Amino acid sequence: MEYILIIISAVFINNVVLAQFLGICPFLGVSNKVNTALGMAGAVTFVIVLATMVTYLIQVYVLNKLGIAFMQTITFILVIAALVQMVEIILKKISQPLYQALGIFLPLITTNCAVLGVAILVIKKNYNLLEGVVYGASIAVGFGLALIILAGIREQLELVNIPKGMKGVPISLVIAGILALAFMGFTGIVK
Amino acid sequence: MNQLQNLTKGFFKENPILVLVLGTCPTLATSSSALNGMGMGIATTFVLIGSNVVISLLSNVIPDKVRIPAFIVVIASFVTVVDLVMQAFVPALYEALGIFIPLIVVNCIVLGRAEAYASKNSVFSSFIDGLGMGLGFTMALGILGAFRELVGSGSILGHKFISGDGVLVFILAPGAFWALGYLIALINRIKRS
Repeated sequence: MEYILIIISAVFINNVVLAQFLGICPFLGVSNKVNTALGMAGAVTFVIVLATMVTYLIQVYVLNKLGIAFMQTITFILVIAALVQMVEIILKKISQPLYQALGIFLPLITTNCAVLGVAILVIKKNYNLLEGVVYGASIAVGFGLALIILAGIREQLELVNIPKGMKGVPISLVIAGILALAFMGFTGIVK
Repeated sequence: MNQLQNLTKGFFKENPILVLVLGTCPTLATSSSALNGMGMGIATTFVLIGSNVVISLLSNVIPDKVRIPAFIVVIASFVTVVDLVMQAFVPALYEALGIFIPLIVVNCIVLGRAEAYASKNSVFSSFIDGLGMGLGFTMALGILGAFRELVGSGSILGHKFISGDGVLVFILAPGAFWALGYLIALINRIKRS
């Protein structure tokens, strides 16, 4: 039951993009087409789950043990950068199709603030390892959901005549605002 | 380019938020009031100046292949400094900005200036560049924050100008997207004419 609450809360109520403002850059950058949005969502899910696990273990067994919790920011960002690089190399070796599908998105993920954000939030919320992983995975699903909805709307928008100044980023932001308003409707489902 | 132009390019022509559209996450999240927005701007400015100066000093020492990880370590060190200083001296603002202080590390503006400017220019020019870009970022955040606070609660910096409750949605998440979207559209319009 506890886990279901975490999942609903992370996917809908506190949606990572629309309510917490994490990962806006890829949200605006790769939401032109539904296909690329799907690829990005897959890559982000993969990296967030892996990064949450590794950073949690490092926080508990290294940083807290040594009493250097203030090194959190530096350690986490380096771990995430190294992890992304490693995932890229391993994927290239073992699964060529998966690499081709996710490959181009992987380098972008290091600077996706959702990954570092989730790693820090899991520590802040005092989750245990399993709760942390479930939370991370649901955050990633919420990210994918928002990204794919926006991509679907933007594909339709290409057929419409938009005022010149509103093209591109401004119109995407206005649509994201309307989506955020819709997602606010979920508030109150879970305390 | 003289140093004055170098300083002011971040204000309008290459404004990191309004023209380059970088660092949108902290922009949207921390501009719910003018004070929060400017606090975030000043914290980022400090990190930008610090990392620009150090990276410019070290640019001959850092091997080209590992420059990005090296830059990230420098930036993360300054972010940790800001994090601890704010926690000690402005606890209320630290609470309000929350997770977005450590997230300055992944702010594309900071790494972007390190890679595009500080690693290729002199220490003094990098300092000015960091200061100008930081002030441009602070200015955009301040304007956005002031607008959202005024429409959302009828006040600026806590002083009430308009009686009544205001349009609450502008302080919440949707208002952040709309305010930034229309501000960028306005800048596009001004740039064209």
